[in-house]
Amino acid sequence: MTLIEGHRPLTPDPSIPVLDIDPYSDEILLDPAPYHAALRDAGPLVYIPRYSVLAVGRYDETRKTFSDHENFVSSRGIGLNDFKLEKPWRPPSIILEVDPPDHTKTRKVMSKALSPKIVRTLMNDFTAAAEVLVDRLLEKSEIEGVVDLAEAFPTTVFPAAVGMKDVNARHLVDYGAIVFNAVGPDNDLRRRAMERAPEVGGWITAACARDRLTDDGLGALVYSAADAGEISHEEAAMLVRSFLSAGVDTTVTGIGNALWCLSQNPDQWEVLKANTLLIRPCFEEVLRYTSPVHTFLRTANLDAEIAGYPVPEGAKIMCALGAANMDPAKWHDPEAFRVDRKPVGHMAFGAGIHGCVGQNIARGELEAVLSVMARKVARIEPAGEAVWRPNNAIHALDRLPLKLIPN
Amino acid sequence: MINVTYIQPDGSETTVTAQPGDSVMQTALNNNIDGIIAECGGSMACATCHVYVEGEWADQTGARMDGEEDMLDCAMSEMKDTSRLSCQIKLTEALDGLRVHIPEEQA
Repeated sequence: MTLIEGHRPLTPDPSIPVLDIDPYSDEILLDPAPYHAALRDAGPLVYIPRYSVLAVGRYDETRKTFSDHENFVSSRGIGLNDFKLEKPWRPPSIILEVDPPDHTKTRKVMSKALSPKIVRTLMNDFTAAAEVLVDRLLEKSEIEGVVDLAEAFPTTVFPAAVGMKDVNARHLVDYGAIVFNAVGPDNDLRRRAMERAPEVGGWITAACARDRLTDDGLGALVYSAADAGEISHEEAAMLVRSFLSAGVDTTVTGIGNALWCLSQNPDQWEVLKANTLLIRPCFEEVLRYTSPVHTFLRTANLDAEIAGYPVPEGAKIMCALGAANMDPAKWHDPEAFRVDRKPVGHMAFGAGIHGCVGQNIARGELEAVLSVMARKVARIEPAGEAVWRPNNAIHALDRLPLKLIPN
Repeated sequence: MINVTYIQPDGSETTVTAQPGDSVMQTALNNNIDGIIAECGGSMACATCHVYVEGEWADQTGARMDGEEDMLDCAMSEMKDTSRLSCQIKLTEALDGLRVHIPEEQA
C-alpha cells in the first residue's frame, strides 16, 4: 500500500464535510485565524483531502478527541506519520508518543519532577534572572523581543533548573522547533528541520547524559527515579531529552506571544500593572489567544466515531487546538484579548492524560517575567512590524521589535 | 437533580445544581464559587482545585485517582485524609447533596 505522509490513505464517510485546503501552507501557518474559522464552520468533523486526514476545530470535539486516549492514541505519533507503519525520525518520546500503561509510569516521574512544589523552589532564581534581564533591556532604546527576551529568559533559567553543564542556547531553542516541525507533512519546513536534526539532536542526546548534569537539578530527580527502580537509566536519559524538546522552544513562544499580546493591547497592560493578581490569568489568556501549540494529531487505534461520524482504525485526526481556543461557541467574544478572562479549560496545554506535564514551570517562568516587568516597565510599545515564523505545530514569532518604556 | 454545597473557610455555604457528568471543579467554575482556581483545567497537573470532602461523603466520592495524591501533596493547604482534587470527582445522582469544604489557601 502506498502511504500518504506516512499514514494509510483514508476513504472518509461521504457525509463528512470536505475542506480542500493545505493547513500546513506558509500562508495559513502565518495567519491561521481564517483557516480556523473555516474549519469550525465546515462541521464538527472535517475531511482534508490534501493529507487524507480528518480534522476537528470546534471546542467540544477537539477537547473530546484530544483527551480520549483509549480510542485516539498518541503512540502512533502526534504528527502525520503513523509510527505503526513507518519508522519515526527519532526514537519516539516515552511520554508524549506513548499510551498507558507505559505512559503512566513515565508521566508519574515527570509529574513529580515538575510539580508545583518543585516549581515553588525555583521561583526565586526565576525572579532574580528576570530582574537582571529586564534591567539590562530597559537600558536599550529598542529591543528585539524574540531574541533579547523571549529566548534569553528560558535559555538562562531552564538549563540551570534542569542542571545542564553544557548550554548552547541556539541548539536548545532549535531542537524544539525541529521536533515540532517534524510532526508536519513532508514540506520545506520539515525537510529543513530534518537537515539540521543530526547535528542538533546529537548535541541534545549528549547533553542529557547523567555525567553532563549536576546532582541537584530536575535532571537529577529523573535519574534518581531510575536509581529507585521506577524507570531504567536509558528511560531517564530519554525523559531528560523531553525536558529539552518540550520545555524551551515552547516557553520561548509563550513569552514572545505574551509580549506581542501586551504590546498590541496597551490597555490590558495597564489593567495588569494595576492588579498583579491577574498575572497568572493573563498568561492563560495569552495561551488561549495565541495557542503556542496550534496543532497536534491523534490516531484512531480502532474503529471509532467523532460527532456521530465513523472514524476507521488508522485514521489520523488533526486536532486544531488554536481553532478550539477561538471557538465562539465556547468563548464569549473570542477575538478580544482580556487579561481578566480566566479561560479555564483552554486547549493550549492539551487536556487529559497527555496534558502538558511542564505547565507549572511554564507558568512559573511567565509569572517571573511578567511580575518583574509589571514593576519596572511603564509601557511595551511596538517598534516595527511583528513577524510570525511558520512551524508545523508551533505558532511563534520570528521578530518582535519593541520599545520598553521604564517607569 | 444533583445539588452540591461548597463551604468556604469562613463557614459560608453556597448550594448549586450540577449537571450529571460534570466534575465538582467544573460545577464550581460554572457557578463562580470562590476558592476553586483550577488553573490546569482538569489535567491533574496543578492542585488548585483542592477540596475537603465532608464526613461520610468520602465513601461516595470514592478513592483518589492514580497520581492524584502526588499532586495533593503539592497543594498550598494541608493535605488531609478527606483531601481530593475536585476535578477528579465526577458528579452522578448518587452524589446529590454532596458537601465539600474549600481550603484556606489554594495558590
